[in-house]
Amino acid sequence: MTGPRRRAERHVAVAFGVAALAAAFFAAMYVLGDDTQLLGLGLLVAFAGLAVGFALWARTLLPQGPFVEEREPMISPLPERRALASEFARDEAPLTRTALPRRMLTLALGVLGLAALFPVRSLLARGPNPWRALAATPWRAGVRVVNDRGRPVRPGDVAEGGVVTVFPEGRAGIGDAAVLLIRVDPADLELPPGRGNWTVDGLVAYSKLCTHAGCPVGLYVKQTRQLLCPCHQSLFDVLGGARPVAGPAARPLPQLPLGVGADGTLVARGGLSGPPGPGYWRKT
Amino acid sequence: MITRWLVRRSMGWLDARLRIAPQLRLALAKVFPDHWTFMLGEIALYSFVALVATGVFLTFFYDASMADRVYSGGYAPLRGTTVSAAYASTVELSWDVRAGLLMRQAHHWSALFFIGAIIVHMCRIFFTGAFRKPREINWLTGLTMFVLGMATSFAGYSLPDDLLSGSGLRVASAIALSIPVVGPWVQFLFFGGEFPADLTIPRLYILHVLIIPVLIAALLGVHLAVIIRQKHAQFPAPGRNDHNVVGSKLWPTYGIRSLALLCAVLAVIFGFGGFVQINPVWVWGPYEPAAVTAPAQPDWYLGWVDGMLRIFPAVEFRVFGYLVPSPFLPGVLFPAIFILLMYVWPWVDRRLTGDRDRHQVLDRPRNRPARVAAGAWAVSFLALLLGASSNDVVARFTQIPVLGIMRAMRAVVIVVPLVVAAVAYTLARALRDNPDRTLLTLRPRHLVRARRAIVPPRGDEGGRPPEPPHDRSGRLVVPVGDAPKPVASGDAPDEGGRS
Repeated sequence: MTGPRRRAERHVAVAFGVAALAAAFFAAMYVLGDDTQLLGLGLLVAFAGLAVGFALWARTLLPQGPFVEEREPMISPLPERRALASEFARDEAPLTRTALPRRMLTLALGVLGLAALFPVRSLLARGPNPWRALAATPWRAGVRVVNDRGRPVRPGDVAEGGVVTVFPEGRAGIGDAAVLLIRVDPADLELPPGRGNWTVDGLVAYSKLCTHAGCPVGLYVKQTRQLLCPCHQSLFDVLGGARPVAGPAARPLPQLPLGVGADGTLVARGGLSGPPGPGYWRKT
Repeated sequence: MITRWLVRRSMGWLDARLRIAPQLRLALAKVFPDHWTFMLGEIALYSFVALVATGVFLTFFYDASMADRVYSGGYAPLRGTTVSAAYASTVELSWDVRAGLLMRQAHHWSALFFIGAIIVHMCRIFFTGAFRKPREINWLTGLTMFVLGMATSFAGYSLPDDLLSGSGLRVASAIALSIPVVGPWVQFLFFGGEFPADLTIPRLYILHVLIIPVLIAALLGVHLAVIIRQKHAQFPAPGRNDHNVVGSKLWPTYGIRSLALLCAVLAVIFGFGGFVQINPVWVWGPYEPAAVTAPAQPDWYLGWVDGMLRIFPAVEFRVFGYLVPSPFLPGVLFPAIFILLMYVWPWVDRRLTGDRDRHQVLDRPRNRPARVAAGAWAVSFLALLLGASSNDVVARFTQIPVLGIMRAMRAVVIVVPLVVAAVAYTLARALRDNPDRTLLTLRPRHLVRARRAIVPPRGDEGGRPPEPPHDRSGRLVVPVGDAPKPVASGDAPDEGGRS
């Protein structure tokens, strides 16, 4: 055995030896405890040892070539292709003769294929049809406004410049009915016509779901009294009926008409002014 | 000695039942080209192996359920809180299952390597024209695996039911809703009801662990079978032509080398899994519909869609009085068109180049300046959109208002890719005309004028570049009309139909 070859073999053997040690290290670390770094180190070194061993083996101990392999042309000779075509479309073959059974078979398979699609309907969960579900929220006249722990909210609970996420009573945390309660100076409000009495002492309430892609519009910029959506940076003007002023949203956040109940807590005086959240195929 | 005996016995056993000695011998002697770019696809394949192995481990501990559960595991800040079983089991398998965090992080990292390797692999295929006839089938299967890979990665990313992935699901549901006419049905079908629904996680789970992986595995089989049948394409070099493959034999050299690559990929994946934290869902917290993280980014492979959602103007319109909401154009139509364009690219390329021949020798990218320009445009466009999806992070670091960045990016994603494409075109053309130069040895004088007098008046798409003197055999270049056209000769002894 020649010198260089023996040396190369030794290198490969050392690499595999390291892999064996590292694998044993991994097993030991697993038994001793659960340290992600040490476990990762064990597998890293084990596989790296194998990789180095294989790479050295391929590079130093195996034939290097280059070898040449001939390609056969990627198309059959013409007679073979003709033979295939005639074999496939013989006179008695199902594709060329027997038209009536073939047509009925096509019909049967077509109907069966369509029928097989019907169980897909089962995947649509029981419940109202999507359009009704999307438009409906628990907000309606007289529903009390509660915070995320389910406690009723009074007008005084929201400080000047403050903002609170609220829900309809009994449904705290529900997905489509989250509403932002924001206190602004009543004199600054420029709400769309007909919404003059939708606020209580400068408290306005808008759906928290962005009308672009439905993310919670979680960032309130107090200085400019704007709401910013952290997902795609749509900006809404709180004073002007939450109309979009920048970014990809095209419709204002629906507003919730507010009032004060007999016990002094905030209540809704109706539903949201539109379906909350992202848009969908509907009459507008 | 024992090994040799074992091999001979097992080969004999198999052959006595299947008579496959000739096929096996041919398979072992199969020649693979020696070029590092041919390992990119293998990296994707081996990442998939790692994904399946680590993923199977995770399925034993993950609970795909939205049922309430009181967390009582090792992560103290969360103890005693009521969260979904999906979230609780993800945190538990990270904190309380031995080697669980290693496997979970290795799983996530191998998904990223899987997608990343596919992208780089696709770039190599694109820029060298490897998608040309006869390899269109593998362009289509590979592209489909890429799309499925993104889908299953997104589904898997959403399974922990944490606050970050919940926001991603929220956006995905809005994109589904925005499809005209059927959007609400599509969204309810995939999410199992109005978002957020209890059925969403189980549905994504079965997509993630069964339906999509099986599809990928099947396509992988087709992809590999086709490559075995067709043999690899090869880069041009002396002695290489359309009738041979030059390289190393599968057994022993290439096989052992590929094993080395498999182990190297696994080493990197477990190294990252052990040392580089990824997606610590206990930090994000459980998903709550009314809460959101800021900043909020998707995993990078979906950044191009999210970037488009961010910078696309607020365009909504009505069809027959029905609303087509703003995510539709950037979130549905744009990705659909882009992916469709990739699917039909082999045929677009055929049309533009007029090249309908079978090819076993790859193009040097420089010899196709128009293709290089198209690829450079696409890559830079997607990269800029990915950048746009981080505009809030950029704003935080640069103190530039995020809305200013958003408006600037609208112009940037239109202008910059065109500039990049023009530069790429010019450089490729200069390199084509000076075959002995590289990007580093190119001088300004090479850019100003083509060395050849023939300048096709209708752009270079129809122009076959001058071949390097040592290039493939059996191919002539003659000018036809105002654009030089290729004439194949001896390429296919029995040229049949065009496709």
